[in-house]
Amino acid sequence: MRYIPNAEKDWESMLSVVGLRRLEDLAAILPKDLRLTRPLDLPSPLSEMELLERLRSLSEKGKEGKKWVSFLGAGAYNHFIPAVVDHLLRRSEFYTAYTPYQPEISQGTLQAIFEFQTLICQLTGMDVANASVYDGASAVAEAVLMAQRLKSRKRFLISRLLHPESQRVTQTYTHPLGFALEPIAYGGDGATDLQALEKALGADVAAVVLQQPNFFGCLEDVEKAAAMAHSRGALLIVATQEPLALALLQAPGLLGADIAVGEGQSFGNGLNFGGPYVGFFAAKEAYLRAMPGRLVGETVDRDGRRGFVLAVATREQHIRREKATSNICTNQALCALASLVYMTTFGKQGLRELAEMNLSKAEYAKKRLGPVGSFRLSGPTFNEFVLTLKGDPDSILSSLLEEGLIGGLALKKFYPELSREILICVTERNSREEIDRLAVAIGQRSET
Amino acid sequence: MSEPQPCDCVPASRELLIFEKGGAGRKGYSLPGLDVEKAQPEKLWPAGFLRKEVEGFPEMSEVEVIRHFTRLSQWNYGVDSGFYPLGSCTMKYNPKINEDAARLPGFASAHPYLPAGLSQGALQMMFELERHLAAVSGMDGVTLQPSAGAQGELTGMLMIRAYLADRGNPRRKVLVPDTAHGTNPASSSLCGYQVVQVKSNERGVLSPENIAAKMDEDVAALMVTNPNTLGLFEEHICRIIDIVHGKGGQVYCDGANLNALLGLTRIGDMGIDVLHFNLHKTFSTPHGGGGPGAGPVGVKSHLLDYLPVPVIQQEGENYRFDYDRPKSIGKIRSFYGNFAVMVRAFAYILSLGAEGLKRASLVALLNANYIRARLKGFYHLPYDFPCMHECVFSDKLQNAYGVTALDIAKRLMDYGFHPPTIYFPLVVHGALMIEPTESEPKEMLGQFIEVMIQISREAQSNPKLVREAPHQTKVSRLDEVLANRKPRLRWKP
Repeated sequence: MRYIPNAEKDWESMLSVVGLRRLEDLAAILPKDLRLTRPLDLPSPLSEMELLERLRSLSEKGKEGKKWVSFLGAGAYNHFIPAVVDHLLRRSEFYTAYTPYQPEISQGTLQAIFEFQTLICQLTGMDVANASVYDGASAVAEAVLMAQRLKSRKRFLISRLLHPESQRVTQTYTHPLGFALEPIAYGGDGATDLQALEKALGADVAAVVLQQPNFFGCLEDVEKAAAMAHSRGALLIVATQEPLALALLQAPGLLGADIAVGEGQSFGNGLNFGGPYVGFFAAKEAYLRAMPGRLVGETVDRDGRRGFVLAVATREQHIRREKATSNICTNQALCALASLVYMTTFGKQGLRELAEMNLSKAEYAKKRLGPVGSFRLSGPTFNEFVLTLKGDPDSILSSLLEEGLIGGLALKKFYPELSREILICVTERNSREEIDRLAVAIGQRSET
Repeated sequence: MSEPQPCDCVPASRELLIFEKGGAGRKGYSLPGLDVEKAQPEKLWPAGFLRKEVEGFPEMSEVEVIRHFTRLSQWNYGVDSGFYPLGSCTMKYNPKINEDAARLPGFASAHPYLPAGLSQGALQMMFELERHLAAVSGMDGVTLQPSAGAQGELTGMLMIRAYLADRGNPRRKVLVPDTAHGTNPASSSLCGYQVVQVKSNERGVLSPENIAAKMDEDVAALMVTNPNTLGLFEEHICRIIDIVHGKGGQVYCDGANLNALLGLTRIGDMGIDVLHFNLHKTFSTPHGGGGPGAGPVGVKSHLLDYLPVPVIQQEGENYRFDYDRPKSIGKIRSFYGNFAVMVRAFAYILSLGAEGLKRASLVALLNANYIRARLKGFYHLPYDFPCMHECVFSDKLQNAYGVTALDIAKRLMDYGFHPPTIYFPLVVHGALMIEPTESEPKEMLGQFIEVMIQISREAQSNPKLVREAPHQTKVSRLDEVLANRKPRLRWKP
């Protein structure tokens, strides 16, 4: 009971203050017929040593102690995290605090969020950003809900190249409210078919949703899409699952996007089997009052010193209850802090250099893989791309595992029509030698 | 003699923003040399797609980054700093071994789309955690997917809606007690439901009569928190559930206060249909300054088909994700939820076991009742009954001297404590909601009680001192009105 300081001896005097004799007597507050009379069915407690061993063996299960080389991306990116990030996250004044309700003793969290909001604005070219939401997928869902509030329209045009997880989550969030989410097809260049978009647009559309770079790793013409959406009075929502691309790509806000959201995992958050990650959410100033989530603002204290507080909270559930702009009640503060430290550490130059390195390695991989497959979806890409294999992706990918290579994601999981395509991601963590190995290994397994 | 000129350096009590620090050309990172040909984005991409630079981004060295954020951390107050009796938030101690467990490379570097063979350990952990949460709560099935309590509420209400829709009518209304967290009505309304508020009675709990009066065939569900936000057990819960079920409705339980019940009673055994857990409250995962948490949801067997996809299935020695669930509400978030938070909660449950969890709840109850008994008389106790894990006072006695709950909260900071939750629940005017948890030694509780008594005396003898608090913090009381009237939500040069 190392986490529970009060021992039996301490209880006695405390119990007498509350007029009880035994600790178990406290259960008498509960109606008798509801009291549990047997112990919970749980394993026996473990010591710290045993616990760590149990979890270590679970975490290594099936991995055979091999050094695995991964080319998986598809919305969760394997980037190197500088040591400073975790050292700062482990400051327990950060991670054992809660929501900064009391600003006088929460200036650390508050200033960090203010800095995070600013970086997200700079990265996306937007005016305001919130303190973060759960993940990239719920950020898209919240953006769609916000567009409905702003436009009072319920029809949405969603690119099929929005991350499939974001598509599904948006579907779940909006289904009970009766929104119509219509998929927009992609073209042979691996980008959203803007002609199809043009055709589908009408005066009843609240917003168009695109991902930049899209799920195939290809670049979208955000400016053109924005002009199309705006000509019909619709908003453009741009989602970014790999924000590192924004170190090189023009900010969506400067190309006409009205709401820019995305997933911040790439910046300083580990893969963690899918979470926790951190959704970022930014918009034009005019839409501030319709935004979901927590916001931190600058103010002054009684002595005129700069300080930070939670601001514009009259949109939020603890005040507005059923009329709130969202039901979200926290953010992902610690994950946002990781992203903040990461962006600060790399800074203006470093982020660009890193993005160029990702691009260069992915281009090299394309060159090496060209002879063993083809690029049917051929538009410009950032650090991932679609390769059409000569053979069945499932059998090729599972055979690559024998060589310690996790070759990418078979796209038929989400796109049944892409029966031979895989999505390959190359980051700074993949060396030239690893890329060469992948090309050779795929070549050996290809049908001729 | 002339006065010395004021120094224009930045005093140690201030920390500039990252945008005001560093300088051009400074680097805090290192990258390996490029081992492939350098690609030219301007040759690969259309011209209009490129940007020159991310304007405004900082340039700082590693040591500057470390000092900046270390200093910010020092201006925070966490559970590791001291007593944090923030009611309804269960700020219990966050065991350090759980931090290490979550960072085991096999977990931390696992990609969510790893092939099944390489993710067996992660799946097994999740499967077992689901089992343990079911055992603790008496629910039949659990999803770990929701990111937080509020998303758990949404998940639960979506399942109820889908279940009722399958029976012909999703219905239009949801009953929410006046003591409920704001997320309850917000989540209901996100599900397209109209919220009907139900008053709690003079004992601070729901009365079967009030529920019966509002319950009809158009009510989809009652959302109840048990124990409720007054720290009181909903003593009529079984009769209330019968009334709701009698009219074909479902009962949702907000599990925010589950820390009161571990091993003592089970929500599922009461007849509740859906329950969400807050792993960051009951199961000791850190609150992170406001997330990440995790809000798993447990359901009874009639709702199992509606759980979000994927559901983890055990087949012999192996585990797999099952997406083929035609009645599922779909996905509520990307991938499978806040996995690293689950690892911590799993570690906590394995460390404490059945006996430890029960001890945690009993000691949490003892600590809360001890504070209640000792502060009674110094502060107004609007509902004077034995409490569960938290007790709710009000500022009524101090109002006579012009001192409010906010002032008391601010004055507590001067004495080194985090304040309790204030002005919630809404049914108590000027509420002070104190949740000590099981993590505090008797002496700490004693010091807190002494300080609270001292503040009640100060309110009488020197109200100005309390009204102008805090006096010892890095900043004094902040102008929140200004922050709302003229929002400055980002730095600008």
